[in-house]
Amino acid sequence: MASIFMDNLGKVYTGGVRAVTGVNLDIADGEMIVLVGPSGCGKSTLLRMVAGLETISEGSLKIGDRVVNNLEPADRDIAMVFQNYALYPHMTVYNNLAYGLKNRGFAKSEIQRRVNEAAQMLEIGQFLDRKPRQLSGGQRQRVAMGRALVREPAAFLFDEPLSNLDAKLRVQMRVEIRQLQKRLGTTSLYVTHDQLEALTMADRLVVLNGGQIEQVGTPMELYSRPATTFVAGFIGSPAMNMLSSEYLRGLVSAEALSHVPTQADLIGIRPEDLSLAAPKDGEISLTGTLMLLEPAGAESHLHLRFDGHDDMIVARLPHVPDVAEGAKLTFSLPRGKLHPFDRASGKRMA
Amino acid sequence: MQTKRMTFSSKWLPYALLAPQVIITLIFFIWPASQALYQSFLRQDIFGLRTNFVWFDNFNRLFADPLYLNSLKVTLVFSLGTTFLSMSVALLFAVMVNRMIRSRDSYTTFLVWPYAVAPAIAGVLWWFIFNPSIGIMPYMLKGFGYDWNHRSSSTDAMILVIIAAAWKQISYNFLFFLAGLQSIPHSLIEAAAIDGASRFKRFWTIVFPLLSPITFFLMVVNVVYAMFDTFGVIHATTEGGPAQATNILVYKVYRDGFVNLNLGSSAAQSVILMAIVIVLTVIQFRYIERRVNY
Repeated sequence: MASIFMDNLGKVYTGGVRAVTGVNLDIADGEMIVLVGPSGCGKSTLLRMVAGLETISEGSLKIGDRVVNNLEPADRDIAMVFQNYALYPHMTVYNNLAYGLKNRGFAKSEIQRRVNEAAQMLEIGQFLDRKPRQLSGGQRQRVAMGRALVREPAAFLFDEPLSNLDAKLRVQMRVEIRQLQKRLGTTSLYVTHDQLEALTMADRLVVLNGGQIEQVGTPMELYSRPATTFVAGFIGSPAMNMLSSEYLRGLVSAEALSHVPTQADLIGIRPEDLSLAAPKDGEISLTGTLMLLEPAGAESHLHLRFDGHDDMIVARLPHVPDVAEGAKLTFSLPRGKLHPFDRASGKRMA
Repeated sequence: MQTKRMTFSSKWLPYALLAPQVIITLIFFIWPASQALYQSFLRQDIFGLRTNFVWFDNFNRLFADPLYLNSLKVTLVFSLGTTFLSMSVALLFAVMVNRMIRSRDSYTTFLVWPYAVAPAIAGVLWWFIFNPSIGIMPYMLKGFGYDWNHRSSSTDAMILVIIAAAWKQISYNFLFFLAGLQSIPHSLIEAAAIDGASRFKRFWTIVFPLLSPITFFLMVVNVVYAMFDTFGVIHATTEGGPAQATNILVYKVYRDGFVNLNLGSSAAQSVILMAIVIVLTVIQFRYIERRVNY
């Protein structure tokens, strides 16, 4: 177990392509950090730099109190779970788990003890004699976890480990990985492009964009106070609505927007902050035409057109309202729920 | 497996479409093969005036003939040696080329070239290189104190034909090994690296076992090549000598039949070769799928 310190980490590939720039991040012992971002944002590269599978071009990386920049992956005391699991197809599950321990010269009895312990923890005890191809996707995922567990490393690295599973299994494994990580208290770095996975699993969330950190914080911090328009658009589904403040000022009274900084020319509104209830005192009232109603079981998404606004506005209601498409609907919105941004820099204004 | 059923309007059309292939097989394979089979039961007198039907006597004589038994042994050594040499060198090249990124394609092209060289030309090439009086290799070996002469030393002769035969096959094996290496997911190697396996250990515990289906396939192909396709190499270098040391079965068929004109014995030998090909082909088709390791 250990903390991880990234000091101004950067990665430039031979040929000059820059993948990661100036990443500063301190990961506390036992913390679960989730790296999230769109494809090509450098999250996997950053993870692989920590693993030692990519060289580090700039900055320094410390695991525990050792600078590991120039150490081989095997000497960094980390374990990694790969997206395709990377199980050795010609070895039994037992040998897959034991391989890393054998290479490190553990005694046979110790290997047996650790493998059995991990197998029991992950409920794969009855598969130990099988080859990976005889296992289902979920079972393979468990074996991949087991291979990381038996090593008892300082840190776990996960590279989109759930993206090859079906939706139901993904939720189940998500819960199991998180429970296991909490119980073992092992420092973990988890890469995903799935924002729901990111929000539910992370102690702290790191949003990456174009190889740089956009924002670091707890899931709820990022959700309720996104620091940039990128984070605002990336975290939350459906994505945050963006309106120009000029347009909004034309719709509602100046008094209702008095707390919004005047330089803020872009206003974000979360779809779930709009409600069909009659506006109470001090609430903003907005009227739009319902273009499409998407019922989603317990909730519904309403796609609305506001006069004079090009993009559709989405509202998310915790029920499915009994309204017809084409109807004019009036929504209320608490004043404190506006997210003011500067359009040019994308930065939050207050 | 599902098969599609075709319906033809004319009853004769399907037969007409099959005819070219069937005719070629009949004329160039079935007919000569049956001739060989028939002749293997015949024996001519020395002037070719009388021909007797002798049943299996040609075969009986062969297996009692120390020269034929020697040829069997020589063939075994030669084909195993050629297979091992060409496969191990090809694997070494494939592993090294696989580590290149940009230069990979050019290396591959250069390494495949020898495959386009005719066996006889390859034989002549090696004949020159190893020629005891004018060759560069004997000259260099002399510097190390070794007196190379494949005209008098049977070991030297065997080494020469193995090198000459393996050289050409390296290209073929190299291509298969390279394709095999490229089909191994890179994450497996990375996982093994994280699992603390050295480069050497990663190769022998992960890469090599995963190549085993290809290795097995190439082994059969190479044995077949060494046993049946190397006539030109032998003919251009040692002509089976010295003292039968490199007289492999295929070369002996030619010598006994067309040089010594013992057609009955030569036919019997080719029937035995045919049987060996059939066995090897069966092995290849029956076990190649099953030997897949994962």
